[in-house]
Amino acid sequence: MRKIWDIHGGIHPAENKHQSLHNPIENAGIPPQLILPLAQHIGAPASPIVNVGDRVLKGQMIAEAKGFVSAPVHAPTSGVIAAIESRVIPHPSGMSASCIVIDTDGKDEWIAHQGIEDYTQLSKIELVDRVRQAGIAGMGGAGFPAAVKLSTRDDKPIETLILNGTECEPYITADDILMRERAAEIIAGAEILRHLIKPSKETLIGVEDNKPEGIAALKKAAEGTGIEIVVFPTKYPSGGEKQLIQILTGKEVPSGGLPSDVGIVCQNIGTATAIYRAIRFGEPLISRITTVTGEACGQPQNYEVLLGTPVQYLLDKSGFNKDNCIRLIMGGPMMGYTLQDTAVPIVKTSNCVLAPTVAELPPPPPAQACIRCGMCAEACPVSLLPQQMYWFARAQEHEKLENHQLFDCIECGACSFACPSNIPLVQYYRASKAEIRQAQQDKIKAERSKERFEARTARLEQEEAEKEAKRAARMEAAKAKAAAAANAPEAGKADIIQAAIERSKAKKAESADPAQAAIARAQAKRDGNVEEESPQEKTERLQKLLASAEKRLSAAKEKLALAQEQQNENADAFATAVSKTEEKLAAIQKELSEHEASLAPTKASPASDNADPAQAAITRALAKRAGANADETDEDKTTRLQNTVASTEKRLSAAQEKLAAAQEQNDANVAAFATGVEKTQAKLDTAKKELSDHLATLKTSSASEAVASDDPVQAAIERAKAAREAQANMSDADKIKQTIESLESRIARTKEKLEAARAEGDDKADLLADSLVKLEDKLAAAQQTLSET
Amino acid sequence: MGFLKVSSPHAHGPMSTARVMRLVLLATIPGLFSLTWFFGFGSLVNVLWASITALSFEALALKWRKRPIGFYLNDYSALVTAFLLGIALPPGSPFWLIMIGTGFAILICKQLYGGMGYNPFNPAMAAYVMLLISFPVQMTTWLAPQGSFAGDLLGPIDALRYCFGFGRDSIDAITMATPLDVLKQNNSLLIEDLWQESSQFGQFAGIGWEWANIGFLLGGMYLLYRRVFTWHAPISMLTSLTVMSTLFYDGGSSASGGSPLFHLLSGATMLGAFFIVTDPVTSAVSNRGRVIYGALIGILVYVIRVWGNYPDAVAFAVLLMNFAAPFIDHYTQPRTYGHKLKDQQGGKS
Repeated sequence: MRKIWDIHGGIHPAENKHQSLHNPIENAGIPPQLILPLAQHIGAPASPIVNVGDRVLKGQMIAEAKGFVSAPVHAPTSGVIAAIESRVIPHPSGMSASCIVIDTDGKDEWIAHQGIEDYTQLSKIELVDRVRQAGIAGMGGAGFPAAVKLSTRDDKPIETLILNGTECEPYITADDILMRERAAEIIAGAEILRHLIKPSKETLIGVEDNKPEGIAALKKAAEGTGIEIVVFPTKYPSGGEKQLIQILTGKEVPSGGLPSDVGIVCQNIGTATAIYRAIRFGEPLISRITTVTGEACGQPQNYEVLLGTPVQYLLDKSGFNKDNCIRLIMGGPMMGYTLQDTAVPIVKTSNCVLAPTVAELPPPPPAQACIRCGMCAEACPVSLLPQQMYWFARAQEHEKLENHQLFDCIECGACSFACPSNIPLVQYYRASKAEIRQAQQDKIKAERSKERFEARTARLEQEEAEKEAKRAARMEAAKAKAAAAANAPEAGKADIIQAAIERSKAKKAESADPAQAAIARAQAKRDGNVEEESPQEKTERLQKLLASAEKRLSAAKEKLALAQEQQNENADAFATAVSKTEEKLAAIQKELSEHEASLAPTKASPASDNADPAQAAITRALAKRAGANADETDEDKTTRLQNTVASTEKRLSAAQEKLAAAQEQNDANVAAFATGVEKTQAKLDTAKKELSDHLATLKTSSASEAVASDDPVQAAIERAKAAREAQANMSDADKIKQTIESLESRIARTKEKLEAARAEGDDKADLLADSLVKLEDKLAAAQQTLSET
Repeated sequence: MGFLKVSSPHAHGPMSTARVMRLVLLATIPGLFSLTWFFGFGSLVNVLWASITALSFEALALKWRKRPIGFYLNDYSALVTAFLLGIALPPGSPFWLIMIGTGFAILICKQLYGGMGYNPFNPAMAAYVMLLISFPVQMTTWLAPQGSFAGDLLGPIDALRYCFGFGRDSIDAITMATPLDVLKQNNSLLIEDLWQESSQFGQFAGIGWEWANIGFLLGGMYLLYRRVFTWHAPISMLTSLTVMSTLFYDGGSSASGGSPLFHLLSGATMLGAFFIVTDPVTSAVSNRGRVIYGALIGILVYVIRVWGNYPDAVAFAVLLMNFAAPFIDHYTQPRTYGHKLKDQQGGKS
């Protein structure tokens, strides 16, 4: 005979188990709607992988496990996903949580699934994964994912595998009837578990001695397997995992530890059956055995229930009389919780629905004073002092509660059951546990915010100190400067200004103008490696350059205006800067327009050489013949050129007006304005020239068209060639000549002004002399170019 | 109508506080019967008057404290206090003495501390000690047991008369020193000679006293059987008293403290062991603590009886240990499942 240990305390409440054992397990059938909470287990809730409106088959996974300690959810029958929403779930608080709702179709159509005859063929990892995929969570009540318990570690060798068939709670017979009717499946599941865990010593199934039929069935099924059925006296709460371990092995699970710490793994017999079905037949956990009992039920009964079946559906089947029942309990009378809503579903952990009459479980009478009789301490299975903890809980002495091992309380309810003063002791402990946890969290939070605050204070202080140091340094420097200036007032000042000018010049020289650089880059690219930059990219880049140049121009103009207002001596330098920026801007604009022009033919035929307008024209013409209207018509071009001429003329007149106004006011900006007028003039000339060229070409082409109108390609080639020649021969010389003319006129004007300034003794005379020299240089350069051409 | 929303457990055991108290009252019957048999109806009158006054004081205090009177009177705790005090007081005590006793027990020792469950001292014993110190004459006037004054057993009418102050003079005629007193006063005779000399002594201890103690022992056994309390405190107290009296018996010389059996069956030993020491409110809470608590009371009882100034000592010993109970609790927390004992000592976790 095997040695059995005893647990401390314990109680003997009325068992009330026979009522639900008259009939065999009955299939509860398929209710019209199933409600499947995403969290039916301990750990992270599963995450839905179906959408509303999807049709699902029986056994199909509808929500996947999220993390290691989690379990997937499967459709218990075929149907359509009606909703994924918040519904009331079976929970002591009566709260709602995310559920998948299935409208069943009654067809009960299985998804393709396959089991395995010989589980020894699979590796441990594969088997555990199958258990995980089947969504099996502890069916005794806690709902700990079974696969997690099976993932044993090598550093914690397992000696004993225990299957829990104790079922110590009154009224519940789900495990009892499972033993009676499906003992072979329990043993088969036990063998799989034994294969997985490989306990070095033994495999035990613990059963209380109030289930003789179940014990007999199990013993018969276990013959020759080496699995031992251990029977021990009935006492509540022997079925607690820790208590059962103590009864069967005499070992205690260390406080805060796991059974594996003492070489034990414990599983419920219902879980073992579910594992067997998952491995052997490939069936996920989609149904369970639930006891529906209590005197308010006409026919207490054990049902094979699809997960998600509403409690109301089961009560209806069992002849429930609501008028007799004032409390509805999910679970047993010792640890179950009351339900407020009969719409809540049966989940993986629902072993019992208890509907007692008022006489059966009367409402609790008012609590009397605690007389510290110690009956609670006598009943406590973990040797706590409930009467002391009650006083501490009332006084909110959290430290004393923890010293009295409040957190080792398993909330079995034995103390409350035994208390002669009807004090709801467990309720006090639950509340205190929650208070302590809350206080701990608050403490952590407070510490964190304290750290944050201190860090911030330190940072601010440091910043302040740094600022202070800088301020002091600046003050020192200023003092030194002032002293130096006092020593050499005149020479010093001049030196400073000179130095500043030098610096800015050096800067300018050093930092090669970005726009210039960009242009250089672009040119290099254009010459050498065209492939590197796509036409679009180039367009964008040029547009960007243009934008930045415009910006700089406006900035330079502003500076100039400011300088002029203040009669600054640097105004001329600014003016030069403005004009230079304008030049650059023009260069970029030109490049951009060139690029854009080249883009159109490139689109039609990327292979063509876009540097050659003639070639481009050929391409354009070819494209035209093919039917693509890539280029503008001659009429369009004429109109465009005419427009350009008109707008340029307008701009020219505006510039001339400005120039006149500036001259009247004897503005220093006159030179800049003159340049502007001159440039606009040049542009106008170019535009006019282009227009006249175009008109001339137009005539020629119409003539050639008359000769060979059947060949537009040839005509276009001719036209383009003519245009190229005209551009090459005429435009340059013409332009330069015009430039020379305008320069000459500007020189003359500047000379006049210079003389006037000299006569009046104006300090602008120097500046005017400078610009005169510059203009003369330009003129010389232009004349040089002209002579070369 | 919705369903009841309560937290587990939903089932409740058959035990109730009122039932515990009723069982205690029931268990006093054999002892009370013995007292009445040997000392007349004085003790019954004591208990009756004490009950009336105690319930009245309780009701009054509850009214002052604005508590539901019926609800609290129904727990029978005041009645238990009254019974114990009535039994402890000398039979035929005057009404005012009893009233002062119950008033002190209920109003000061119980309600002033917050009512049942909150009192640090056993109310009956505190009242007894207060009366003993305040009214030593009345408190040490015990009637002679039947046998020495044959036919003069105090009848119910006489008992009531004495109690309410009529003809109290004549009561002196039937009083006699208690055996514990006799033993205490003795300093020349051997125990054996003393036994011969004094008419108070019977088979094992004083006449009547031995039977009263056996009566309370029977009542205590019944309560143990009904699991109203555990064996730890009473058995430990009786054991330590036996050990002490055995150690200091010295064969029965004139300086002897008396035989173990004499001590076990004299004075309030059994009443104390099963009805006072077991008072859950004022004793240590854990089983180990109760063993220590009971043992120390046993030792104190002997020490005070033999070397102290008062002939009986249960009330003093219990009060002293009431003081010590929280201290004992602090060091005798039981080992919780999954913990090592040394980790838990002294309230450390």
